[in-house]
Amino acid sequence: MLSENERRAIEHEVERAPAPSAACIEALKVVQRERRWISDEAVKGVAEILGMSPEEVDGVATFYNLLYRRPVGRHVILLCDSVSCWIVGYHDVLAALRERLGIDFGETTADDRFTLLPMACLGACDHAPVLMIDEDTHRSVTPERLDQILTSYD
Amino acid sequence: MTERPLTDRIPADGSALDLRGYERAGGYQGLRRALGEMSPDDVREAVSEARLRGRGGAGFPTGKKWSFVPDSDREADGSPRPRYLIANADEMEPGTFKDRLLMEGDPHQLLEGMAIAAYAVGASQAYVFLRWAYRECERILERAIGEAKDAGYLGTNILGSGFDLSIDVHVSAGRYICGEETALLNSLEGKRAIPRAKPPFPPVSGLWGKPTIVQNVETLCNLPHIVRHGAQWYLDLSLADDGGTKVYGVSGTVRRPGAWELPLGTSARELIEDCAGGMKQGRELRGFLPGGASTDFVTPDHIDVAMDFRALQDAGSRLGTGTVIVLDNATCPVSVMLALERFFARESCGWCTPCRDGLPWVEKTLVAIEEGRGQPEDLEHLAQHAKILGSAITYCALAPGAVAPLGSALRAFGDDFERHVKEKRCPYGGRT
Repeated sequence: MLSENERRAIEHEVERAPAPSAACIEALKVVQRERRWISDEAVKGVAEILGMSPEEVDGVATFYNLLYRRPVGRHVILLCDSVSCWIVGYHDVLAALRERLGIDFGETTADDRFTLLPMACLGACDHAPVLMIDEDTHRSVTPERLDQILTSYD
Repeated sequence: MTERPLTDRIPADGSALDLRGYERAGGYQGLRRALGEMSPDDVREAVSEARLRGRGGAGFPTGKKWSFVPDSDREADGSPRPRYLIANADEMEPGTFKDRLLMEGDPHQLLEGMAIAAYAVGASQAYVFLRWAYRECERILERAIGEAKDAGYLGTNILGSGFDLSIDVHVSAGRYICGEETALLNSLEGKRAIPRAKPPFPPVSGLWGKPTIVQNVETLCNLPHIVRHGAQWYLDLSLADDGGTKVYGVSGTVRRPGAWELPLGTSARELIEDCAGGMKQGRELRGFLPGGASTDFVTPDHIDVAMDFRALQDAGSRLGTGTVIVLDNATCPVSVMLALERFFARESCGWCTPCRDGLPWVEKTLVAIEEGRGQPEDLEHLAQHAKILGSAITYCALAPGAVAPLGSALRAFGDDFERHVKEKRCPYGGRT
């Protein structure tokens, strides 16, 4: 079930919202901040606080691609696969990631270090190809630079 | 010398301009003028006269949008009817990176624009709906909002005028569809971001059923300058019928990808050849998407087209977000179409059957063609999908936008598609 911390943070969001259900996305973000992903149990816990059914909450949780309903690793790599990156080097970066990490999209490395996900245009197309790791945006990524980028994430 | 009111204050070192720097450069003079000398009606009139059209993709005239807000601040049953203003900062149109630049470089310009818009439409609560991926923007905007509050540009009784405004940043949890204004409203209400049936349109019934104006970041950034310098000055900035400058961009296989603020109506040639330095060594231009992924391909014989609303429509495309994506002769057009349609298929919210089922079908067909498994009838099926999905049978414009590049690619690069099917392989090496 939810921790005391999560419960308090969610109740704070509810107080700020015009209706408890309006805090649904924020509540799910609270849970994800605490435990990296949102389990079935957590969905039930959030639903209880918001006075919604678990199915309603799950409807919201499964809609947004940055709310994770499956476990993710310590670091999430979001690789832009939109058109500008696609034209100037996305495939090389993807191949290098697959080779270095041994995972494909939707997978997590065995040591729980990285999860790899595709991402819509990251809005840095003048420095394509682009990827994000956690909250950091990396521009003009090349297979050569990739090793150095990855080292800074334990 | 070209005037660049939207971008000329952005520090060259990549930092964000703070309040002091913004004020020194004339910042908040527009808001001061609006609150001190103009009625909300005067502001609306000035913006209509300036012929400001939305910079988010649809190009709707801003003054007209504002005119749909009902006059009364009471519902029919006498209950209060608050109004809301929302800055749409959910920039996620593939190939588009202009709003990020404006927010990261000059956040107060957006806040001042929001304050002027809120005054014009009578809103006292505003939100910035920001995509999660723009982490730096969130920090910069929060800091700027704090500065503006301390200086009395936000909060209660702003500049002694009696006008109140609070601005909150809402960080989204993903999905391109949130950029569609009614999907955005549902998301802000904590729901799945599914577009609403229209009418009623948001200016009449938006957030929590109240009148709501949703406006793109760049659009809002124009307002301080219109109010400060007047409609005629703003019209004179432009080479086209509509007013202002435009933050254009070019990405793809050009020498110097980037973004530049230029008069509205600057030619695609000037952007691609002068600003972006032309095509990379050994590459030739085969076509370009003038304003993001949801616009029709334009072929090189139209490179002199003026990048404005009307001229691009006449050329069979749209200005969209004004950020050009360039296709060169060494890149497979089928593969590029696949990248575009995979994006749209993934980002469909799933509410309307033609979009939910049609786009994955288009994607699968493109994969088959790119991998040399295409059948001769596939091309006709793709063309049919482009036509059907483009004909406004869905709640929102995602599907019509998705097939804009498809229909035009089939016309412009039809030989390439046919060759893939005939030779049962991709002549460019095949990229899925």
